[in-house]
Order: sequence, then C-alpha cells, then structure tokens
Amino acid sequence: MAKTENHEPFIHISKRDVLPWYKSMGIRAIAILAALIVCAIVTMVLTGDNPISIYAAIFKGAFGSSRKTWVTLQSMSILLLISLALTPAFKMRFWNIGGEGQVLIGGLAAAACMICLGGKLPNAVLIPIMIVASIAAGAFWAFIPAFLKAKWNTNETLSTLMMNYIGIQIVAYFTVYWEVPKGSGKIGIINQNGNEGWLPQIAGSKYLLAIIVAVIVTIGMYIYLNYSKHGYELSVVGESEQTARYVGIKVPKVIIRTMLLSGAICGLVGLLLVAGINHTITTTITDGQGFTAVMVSWMAKFNPIYMIFASFLIVFLNRGASEISTAFGLNHSFSDILTGIILFFIIGCEFFITYRISFRKKNGKEEKAS
Amino acid sequence: MIDLVTFIPRAVVQGIPLLYGCTGEILTEKSGNLNLGIPGVMYVGAISGVIGSFFYEQSCGGNVNGFLAIAIPMLCCLIGSLLMGLLYCFLTVTLRANQNVTGLAMTTFGVGFGNFFGGSLIKLSGSEVPSIALSATSSYFSKSLPFAGKFGAFGKLFLSYGFLAYLAIIIAIVCSYVMKRTRVGLHLRAVGESPNTADAAGINVIRYKYVSTCLGCMIAGLGGLYYVMDYACGVWSNDAFGDRGWLAIALVIFTIWRPNLGIFSSILFGGLYILYLYIPTGMDHMELKEIYKMIPYVVTLIVLILTSMRNKRENQPPASLGLGYFREER
Repeated sequence: MAKTENHEPFIHISKRDVLPWYKSMGIRAIAILAALIVCAIVTMVLTGDNPISIYAAIFKGAFGSSRKTWVTLQSMSILLLISLALTPAFKMRFWNIGGEGQVLIGGLAAAACMICLGGKLPNAVLIPIMIVASIAAGAFWAFIPAFLKAKWNTNETLSTLMMNYIGIQIVAYFTVYWEVPKGSGKIGIINQNGNEGWLPQIAGSKYLLAIIVAVIVTIGMYIYLNYSKHGYELSVVGESEQTARYVGIKVPKVIIRTMLLSGAICGLVGLLLVAGINHTITTTITDGQGFTAVMVSWMAKFNPIYMIFASFLIVFLNRGASEISTAFGLNHSFSDILTGIILFFIIGCEFFITYRISFRKKNGKEEKAS
Repeated sequence: MIDLVTFIPRAVVQGIPLLYGCTGEILTEKSGNLNLGIPGVMYVGAISGVIGSFFYEQSCGGNVNGFLAIAIPMLCCLIGSLLMGLLYCFLTVTLRANQNVTGLAMTTFGVGFGNFFGGSLIKLSGSEVPSIALSATSSYFSKSLPFAGKFGAFGKLFLSYGFLAYLAIIIAIVCSYVMKRTRVGLHLRAVGESPNTADAAGINVIRYKYVSTCLGCMIAGLGGLYYVMDYACGVWSNDAFGDRGWLAIALVIFTIWRPNLGIFSSILFGGLYILYLYIPTGMDHMELKEIYKMIPYVVTLIVLILTSMRNKRENQPPASLGLGYFREER
C-alpha cells in the first residue's frame, strides 16, 4: 500500500510562462552544444580522429578558402530563402512540405524560357519574363493544395507531398524532352555560348546575387509577418480558425493568399538555382532542401532573423561533413547523419522551453527544476 | 500487350515493401501520430538487416546456417526500426515535439544512415570484398515453395514469392482484424480520434501511442529488409530504395486507413510503379515514361481530394492525426 499523501505523481509537467529570450536561447545553445559533442563522438568512432581536428576540418570545409566561404554563403542563402517562403504558411498552421516541388516548377519555368526564348529576345526582355514565369509557376504549384484546403479541407501535408513528386516527374519529363545530346537524359548547361537568360553577376561575383535576394526577402518577410495586416491575419488563422472567422477574416482567402506568396518565393528560388547558379535543371537541383527548410523554419520559431542562424548551422555542418567524408573516403551521406543528430537535439530541447518539470519532494512539496 | 503472368508477380514484388510501409503507417496513424519518418525507418530497417547479415556472412565464411541467416537480419532489422520508433515516440509523445518536423528529421537521418553505412560499411569493417552482395542470405529470403513451379501460371502468380511476402499479407490481415474487431483496436482508434475522451475513459493514451508507433516502425522496417534481401537479391546500392517510403505514406490515404485494402492497393501501386516499363513508347518518345511514373502520385492526390470532397465520416483520417496530446492542455 502506498502512502496516502503520495497521490501526487513523481514528475509533474506544466506549461511555462513565456521564457525571457536569453533563457530560451540559452537552452537552445546548450542543446546545440550537446548535439555538436555527440556529432564529434560519432565522427570520432567512425574515423578514429580526435574531435578538435574534426571540427577544424568541418570549419575548413565551410570556410577554408574564399571560394568555399562564398559557396557556403550562397547555399545558406538558398536554404534561407526556401525557409522564408514556407514560413508564412507554417505560421498559418498550413503544413506546406511542398517546397521541393514549388522550387522545381519555378526552376522549370525559368529553364523553359531560357530554352524556348533564348536567342530570340534580348536579355533585358528575357530576364523579366523569366522572373514573372518562375514566380507564377511556383505560386500556381502552391495554389493547388491551398485551393483544396480552402474548399474541401483536404489534408495539406499529404497533398503538398504528392505535389512534390508530381513536380519531380514533370521536370523529369522535360529533362528527357530537352536532353542534349539525345539519349543522355541530361540537359547540360543551357545557352552556354550566348549566356541568354543567365542572371547577371553583381559586382563581378557570381555568388552575390542569391545573397542579396536573401537579405531583401528576409527583411521583407520580417516586416510582412510582424507589421502588416496580412501578417496579423494569417497568425490569427494559425492560432484559431474559429476566432478568425468570428472577427470576420475570410479564412479561405487568407489561406490562398498566403500560399500564393509562399509558392511565389519558392518559384523565385527556382529561378535563382536554374538561371543564376546551376544554369541547368535536373530533378535533384533542390537536393532535399525543400524538406530541410521545413525544419529550419520550425527551429527558428518562424522568426526570419533566427532563421539566418538556423540555416547557417545546417549549411555549415553539411559542407563540413562533406569535407570530412572526402578526407576519410567515407560516404557523403555522413552530413545527413550529423544534420539529423542536431535536429533531434533541437526538437527535443523545445520541450524544456515550453514546459517546466517539477519533481516531487519527499515531504510532498514541489521542487522546481530546469 | 502486357503479359499478365509475368507482370503481376513483378507488381507484387514491387508492392510488398509498400504494403509493409503502409500497414506500419496505418497502425501509427490510427494512434494519431503522423509519422513522416517512415521512409527513414525503412532505410534503417534495411541497412540494419544488411549490417547484421554482412557480419554474419563474414564471420562464418561460406557455410551459412539457414536459420541464423534469416534470424540475424530479421532481428537486427526489427531492433533498428524499433529504435527509430522509440526515438520518434520519445520526441513527439514524451517531449511533445511537432510530429511533422520530427518525422522529416527522422527521414533525413534515416536515409543518411542507410546510405552512409551502405556506402562505407566495407571500408569501416576493413574487409576485402568489392561490394555488399549477400547472395547466401538472400537465397534463403527469396526461397519460394519448392513445388511452385509445378502449378504453371497459378504457381507463378501465387506461390513464387519469398516468405516475407506472405508475412506482409498476414500482418496486414491481422492488423485489420485487430483494429476493427477487438477491444484493443477500439481503444487504439479512440486514442487516434479523440485522445481526451480516451483518456477520460481510462485508456492509457501514452502507452497506446508508444506501442502502436513502435510496432508500426518495426513493420515498416521489414519492408526495407524485404526490398534488400528479396527484391534486390541482397545487393545494397545507395538510394536504390528511392521514394518508396513516401509512396507507402501515399498508400495509407489511398486505402483510407484500412490495412486489408492495403494488400490489393499496394499490388496495384506496385504495378503502377513499374507500368512505365510495359507501356510501349517507341524510341523517340522516351520522355513519356516519366509521365507514366507520375501516375501513382496523381492517383493518390485524386483519392485524397475525393475523400475530402465526399466528407464521409468513415473515410476520414483519424481526427487527432498530427496533433500532440497533453492532458493539461485542452
């Protein structure tokens, strides 16, 4: 028979008030630190090298030369842009995991313009057409699930997921349709001789354009989410659809509008990838970043400023891990394992930010912990 | 046109991994957990089995014991996918994390884990083989009934598969029965539909969520094992498993959360998955094949739209799907 006063459970979990930002950041920092230590241990076990030289190698992989630094910044910008694109939808509790497909379709529109109109129009006309086409294509790809959600409440996680694969197959269709040379299954560099439709280099650097776009979109998104009527409306819809309906917000309209914005930015990323960076299109051009961006956006609590750090962390580890795997002759998927470990820790630490754990003391009083 | 006697067995072989993934995910989703980590779990299940049998084949060199050759990879596969399931449950149920994000992180991790060890196992273990080819183990996995050949077309259509294929069908039928006809199944559905109500009725919500998600992951992991050991003849190649994990999740919607329907639909999806190989396109229209590969996804999307349009109560996803449950928050 247990003691009669012990009805209270041993561990009691209750919701915290909002933590001051330095405390919540502190918990996240501890989690990231713990994750980095675990990553170091895993790497040590697999390669037998000491952790300090492992992190030196990771750092070298990301910032070893000025070219590497630029590439790191560029891929960070792309990941940041996709995360920013998904954020307004997430804030509305619309789980848009279709970033992958929206980027691809945007990229496909850009590639189509480059292939079909390249050489017929001057760049000054062609590039604006490409911009409009990719943004429209990305927005259209996001519009379909948004419309379904608004009209029939179709589960958006699953419909955006399917749209990804439909998008991938459409791109696969066109890569075979436009393949150069016939039978290779690849498009190769588009308009290599005349550079028709290639986005211009800014200040002589081919990396700068994506970074500038990312900065502009980050600032724009921050203002849009925090200081605009639209941003307010979509966060009301996210918090409670009933409240939104009650105060007279047209929920279907907000869903469709927000997803159009989401898809438009994804389409823009597709343009940057195809016309600015790779000058070709393949089905793997997004490299799973549509999914990674979901996690980046969530890790940053849908805050555009935090997203800069989150995407930096992911890209930094990714490039570092590929340096390690090259050095030790290991498989390049090593970076996915490290990314996974970091994500698990960050996902887990959110609990300690949102909830307080109290342990029962022997005399029945509660003791506050963590 | 299409030769059905050769086409159907190939569709079945393609469908079995999907069936495992689909049954596992239905079991998980019935408890209200939307586990988007299934593709990762299937990779981990596959590679765990491969690692287990790789070391077993290396250690015994040539003379492989039939029972151990099957038991070791199965056990490793189940343990590997169980660990993934526990990780998912710990994060989403105990630590109350967002299910979509956790699932996607598990997919990133799991696919990376599979490809990493698949690509580096030989180097890490320092052995002298050119590639991972577990033909001895695979021959036990893909062994069909000895008299299958004697029955002609019937034998080819129904008896020509390895034991894991039949196991998949048995698991699907058992799951379907348990969910629909038993008290445990009723409780499980209650947890997925309305955890608050279930909790008030005295059902241990957390235990149901843990058990069903972990079991679901173990079943899904077997799908990965089947793919490597039976379909791929024990040869691991990176990314070969492809997007089948996502297709399994799509199949869950297609079957409107019914494992017994999953048996036929997974074979149908398996057929759709390889249909492009059978539709004559001619040499100058190879691009059309890519369009045919789109069919399974388009079909799923249409089913998803139709079920939401018709809005019939028994065809809906579990009501609390994707939402966490905290007793003190309502």
